[in-house]
Amino acid sequence: MREEPYKQELRSIVGDAFFKDDAESLVTHSYDGTPMLQKLPDGVIYPKNTEQVSQIIKVLGKYGIPLISRGSGTNLCGGTVPVQGGIVMVMHRMNAILDVDMQNLTATVQPGIITKKFIEHIENLGLFYPPDPSSMAISTIGGNIAECSGGLRGLKYGTTKDYVIGLECVLASGEVLRTGGKLTKDVAGYDLTKLLIGSEGTLAVITEATLKLIPPPKYKKTMLAMFKDIYGAARTVSKIIENQIIPATLEFMDNPTIRVVEDFSKLGLPLDVAAILLIEQDGELEMVERDIAKMAEICKEELADRVSVASSQEEALKLLTARRSAFTALARLRPTTILEDATVPRSRIADMVLEINRIAQKHNVQICTFGHAGDGNLHPTATTDARDEEEIHRVEAAFEEIFEAAIRLGGTITGEHGVGMVKAPFLEWKVGSAGIEIMKNIKHAFDPQGLLNPGKIFAKETRRRVVIDHG
Amino acid sequence: MAKTTGASLKETLSIKLDYDQLTNCMRCGFCLPACPTFQETGVEAESPRGRISLMKAVVDGVMEPNARFEDQMNHCLGCRACEPACPADVKYGQLIEQARDAIEDHTDQHRLWVKAVRKVMFKKVFPHQNRMKLLGKGLRMYQKTGLQTLVRKTGIVGVFSKQMSAMERILPDASGKGVIEQMGTRIPAKGEKIGTVGLFRGCLMDVLFTETNKNTVKLLTEAGFEVVIPETQNCCGALHAHSGETAQAQALARNNIHAFQQANVDYIVSNAGGCGAILVEYDHLLHDDPKLSEQAEWFAKRVYDVSTLLMEKGRPLQFAKQKNEEDGVRVTYQESCHLRNVMKGSGAPRQLLKRVSDIEFVEMRDAGSCCGSAGIYNLTQPDMANQILDRKMENVKTTKAHYVLTSNPGCLLQMKLGIDKHAKNDGVQSVHIVDFLHDRLVKN
Repeated sequence: MREEPYKQELRSIVGDAFFKDDAESLVTHSYDGTPMLQKLPDGVIYPKNTEQVSQIIKVLGKYGIPLISRGSGTNLCGGTVPVQGGIVMVMHRMNAILDVDMQNLTATVQPGIITKKFIEHIENLGLFYPPDPSSMAISTIGGNIAECSGGLRGLKYGTTKDYVIGLECVLASGEVLRTGGKLTKDVAGYDLTKLLIGSEGTLAVITEATLKLIPPPKYKKTMLAMFKDIYGAARTVSKIIENQIIPATLEFMDNPTIRVVEDFSKLGLPLDVAAILLIEQDGELEMVERDIAKMAEICKEELADRVSVASSQEEALKLLTARRSAFTALARLRPTTILEDATVPRSRIADMVLEINRIAQKHNVQICTFGHAGDGNLHPTATTDARDEEEIHRVEAAFEEIFEAAIRLGGTITGEHGVGMVKAPFLEWKVGSAGIEIMKNIKHAFDPQGLLNPGKIFAKETRRRVVIDHG
Repeated sequence: MAKTTGASLKETLSIKLDYDQLTNCMRCGFCLPACPTFQETGVEAESPRGRISLMKAVVDGVMEPNARFEDQMNHCLGCRACEPACPADVKYGQLIEQARDAIEDHTDQHRLWVKAVRKVMFKKVFPHQNRMKLLGKGLRMYQKTGLQTLVRKTGIVGVFSKQMSAMERILPDASGKGVIEQMGTRIPAKGEKIGTVGLFRGCLMDVLFTETNKNTVKLLTEAGFEVVIPETQNCCGALHAHSGETAQAQALARNNIHAFQQANVDYIVSNAGGCGAILVEYDHLLHDDPKLSEQAEWFAKRVYDVSTLLMEKGRPLQFAKQKNEEDGVRVTYQESCHLRNVMKGSGAPRQLLKRVSDIEFVEMRDAGSCCGSAGIYNLTQPDMANQILDRKMENVKTTKAHYVLTSNPGCLLQMKLGIDKHAKNDGVQSVHIVDFLHDRLVKN
């Protein structure tokens, strides 16, 4: 059987070695980090440069074939599952650091570079790139930009969007678009750079990015505070900010998470506390010492059961272990782990956690909550088993209520994971019908044929908002 | 040749693969940076997440297991670096062995010489220590009589495989006399006895590295252990298990358990990470044998790597540079994957080396990643193995070390091969950590 013409054309662009449509390649590009989603693509392509990306897009446009661009496929929203088939474009070969500009403190990179490798490179040059998603050892800068990844340092340093100042991308037409540049100020027209960040591969394919770098903090200190009263923990978070201290890290674990973590890592965490806060400050020595002392004081004022400030780097690491092992400990409980990222204004954290616990109990599912308290970004995490349909149904019902609760408390359905397929049915809850309409128009302006990562962000129909039953 | 008569490879895979483990993989991708074959190729199918998805796709009926599927399963080094990286604790090592076990029942893929060599070595030689000894004697004769020179000049080994001929060049002098013939089966502790150690001598170790076995005994006795070497012990079965010959691995395990139980030892010590890792998992290997589960557990929980036992249980030993040794000797350490990822024994070798006064220990970049030896991988998958070795040797060179120390015979041979290929004139040599320490032991 003769191969379809579009595949022949793709092969002629990248060569046989870099276009694959054997069963192994299709299966291994049918999923990402999201549980329970899988769909085979029609082929996998590995472009070498912007020119090839442009040629590939033109061929696919000519034949009306969908294109799903991706880095390492670690997203948690079904963002890179080829749900309507088509060609998966893996950006790993475009992984060069093109330029580190010490005068302007910027770096220009190709999208396929692994985030951690990039960070190591610029740290060796004495510079700092703060966005630190927990997938950074394997996720790519391109993927981080497409999903607008966050991380532990979001509160003080912001997220990916705060560090991308220029982009090169290939439009659906095959034209190459450049936005922004090595500029701190640039108001020439609409801010297309920001529009493309977090666009989940639905507007264009990012082929190059210029990133802002900053000087690294000189000193760091870590502390842990435990609370019997969850509102005490939440008030502590608000009060720290009120006192105009912005800590580098302000992480939270609820009681169900503490129990799981303790059971897994035997760190000696007390099981009778309602919440733990892990707090880190960085900067100049004097300021760090002053802030840590003040924050310890606030914790005590809010009746923290125990406050421990790490006296050495090793001790700090030990404290961090508790928070870092949360995901690992949860992932080992049951076969399927569903990690969500409902986000509320930080003043509403306690209410949100209690809502989550109430909803989990109501639907008889296990949901543990940890996350970035400082920026209100929580990770309610359900441990379940994909093979148990009835239970999965209950988990889905619970998450629906959690999204509803987040919005009711002035929050959002997703803080850092993206919409993808998983949250598409809920997007309208957050942005309203006018929001959906304008976003669809933007999508149409960029991608009139609807070939760039189809089936993402916009759902066929919006889920009806559940009626809240407080009984 | 299918053992599971009438069944297709898909059916055999469905029976042998642990579906719970396949489901436990949540595809987070955290294993990708830890995987040497993914790092070399950047191809998802060459990663643990990719391989698990392929296994699951076959069981789920999404794809038919074809020759490329088999290749992919065999491409895995089995280094198990993905396991410590996995948040969900997926037992990848078990899955890959189950897949290979199923493939082994069906495949007609192996190149002929691989099949022949494996059949003879796995079934007829490794399990029988007397035959190993004979092999050792033969090898010794080959090395001493001038036959080796003849072979090298005529290039006859190269006809079989380029890789075999490269390996032949770096093989150490074999010995026809094992550790028992040279030291006896019971060697008393020096000073006050703190416990009895059963030495697992290893089949290859005892022929190619008899000195290392002897030095292991000497270090152990110096640290206060009485050493017993049960005569009826045999090959550990690791190579069999990794290649899908599970039944044979189990038979070897049963015999070893019996041998060490009779000797009534407190600890069982291995000086080869590859052997130690399967010994410590005998309880899993025999998990479907209820009659043996208690004994297998008894065995598994006594297994230690020699470095770990010396650090954790032995009397502290003192080491110093040799009298005739120059100042400024630098050493680095290449980890044995199975010692690191399965026995969790990364710390002890480094701690021991830091005890040697007047030498400098330099940490090598990516010391914990596989060197490409991986059992018989460097013979069956020479291209990937050489690619990995090339990268490893660059890291070795950067350390400017005089010694690359290892904890496993396969790694040791691979490092020797690497030095022969890339660093012949750099004044670097590869030595087993036990031998290095023994030569620098300060006796009380």
